Amino acid sequence: MKLSDYEQEMLAGEHGYSKQYGMQQIQRVGTFFDATDTVEIAQVHLMADPESLGETGVEFLECLAARPQPERSVVVPAVTDPRGVDLNAYKKLGQTDSMADLEIRATAAFRSLGFMMTDTCINYQTICPPVLGEHVAFGDTGSSIYANSVQGARTNFEGGPSALAAALTGRAPRYGFHLDQHRVGTCLFEIDFRPKDLSDWGALGAYVGREMASYWEVPVIAGVEDVPTSDEMKQFGAALASFGSTPLFHMIGITPEAPNLKTVFDSNQPKAVKIAKQDVDALVKSYMPSDDKLDVVVFAGPQLSLMEMQTLAEHLRGRSIHSDVALIATTSPEIKYACDRMGLTEAIETAGGMVLSGVCFYQMYAREIGEANGWKRLMSNSAKLVNILGGYGYEPMLASMETCVECAVQGRITGDLS
Amino acid sequence: MTKVFIGHPGIGDIVTGEALVASDNFSARYDLDRINGVFSRPQHKLCGQSYDGKILVLNAAKGGVATAWMLQEMVSRGIAPKALILNFANPIMAQGAAFANLPMIDRFEVDITESVPNGAEVHVDPAAGEIRLL
Repeated sequence: MKLSDYEQEMLAGEHGYSKQYGMQQIQRVGTFFDATDTVEIAQVHLMADPESLGETGVEFLECLAARPQPERSVVVPAVTDPRGVDLNAYKKLGQTDSMADLEIRATAAFRSLGFMMTDTCINYQTICPPVLGEHVAFGDTGSSIYANSVQGARTNFEGGPSALAAALTGRAPRYGFHLDQHRVGTCLFEIDFRPKDLSDWGALGAYVGREMASYWEVPVIAGVEDVPTSDEMKQFGAALASFGSTPLFHMIGITPEAPNLKTVFDSNQPKAVKIAKQDVDALVKSYMPSDDKLDVVVFAGPQLSLMEMQTLAEHLRGRSIHSDVALIATTSPEIKYACDRMGLTEAIETAGGMVLSGVCFYQMYAREIGEANGWKRLMSNSAKLVNILGGYGYEPMLASMETCVECAVQGRITGDLS
Repeated sequence: MTKVFIGHPGIGDIVTGEALVASDNFSARYDLDRINGVFSRPQHKLCGQSYDGKILVLNAAKGGVATAWMLQEMVSRGIAPKALILNFANPIMAQGAAFANLPMIDRFEVDITESVPNGAEVHVDPAAGEIRLL
């Protein structure tokens, strides 16, 4: 990898340990992917929940945070993904004091490094949406795929250690989706139906994601006639990135780099794979349980936008969630403040639901809180969440927000289980 | 029978151990019970099997970004694979391996999950991008 004089100084430790760590991480990853040099990035989004960090990860952050100024400070605007513990609700959820302590220590370290604790995975909707062609370092699969695909920004999946390196140095290795050649479509899917609600968009994303062979695939979707909303794109992209582990899709006539098939395929257009509504329905049905027991309903993964919170509040207004079922919605601190002001939090909580701020369900010790509360059967309208939680000991199923709320009120899974 | 397989130069130090092989994909968050050191995702072919101290040979890196931190967390607790051998890594797996200094190689000339027998003793040389059956 070709490094500038300044980058070589950082690598040699002349600007302190923090910058040296950053350049070492950039060089190791860049070399692995044959990067020729680095690219300066405009902003960083960093994922570092305490479950993923563990004690050793938090100790590492504290080590960086103890370094003197200016070496320890981030050099570009840097924001955080959801945390693992909502300190106002952790005891009620069965999280432990040691989990909260780890959270408090990690947060203190990030503040010392100069991170803005936005604690959100929907930064592309709520904080500072990137623009077409802007190079960024985003650290959540959902935020990365939305920034790349819908906003036309350029990022790889920058996991915590590398997003941190990017924040400390202002750089990322130039490979993958920073480069034009990796943004060309590699496979084509054609749909002839319009997904009805958010869970349907997620299921479609899951279907496409399951077909992805590796990170380097770029699926192209044709046949979408009505422009999806931001929340529909969010659910589609989050599920696609979760099932497929790919950070970019194009939607013909809709996303900014895909005005038509010719542009997106660069003369090598593959044969279209048709996706019928029945194909997507079959994916949803594969998660159907054999009985009607229900423990918990979760709206998260990604955190809910203000519009989604409003819809949830309207579904719940004047109703009561069954005493056998818990209902949880997670959103960002900024959206939570807005919901408090607008009476949406009150509507959800009066019905018996919980609104959590700055966390996301799968990032908050999902296995431990499931065991602490006896939660096994889980319903969500997020295909991403359903995909993740099987490995955490849950029996997750996917349904629309409306159906999820109805089942939470009834205390059991209603409707066709066949 | 071929005994040496060449991939892209990887990350980490030379290591030798027993291969645990499946054609499935890999994510630390989605697939593992990291407390007990076993695969826990019901749909995974290795569900219930211990990965501790094994040379994991799997198809592609999948799932989210948590693996980038989790590999180091697993190594620090002493319940971790010895090396990751994949047909296709992704940035998250590379970032995690670089942070944890966990040996990893990918991009072989063959399907590595069909080339290394389950349970075989293997020698992994990341700098050379080479796996050798012992």
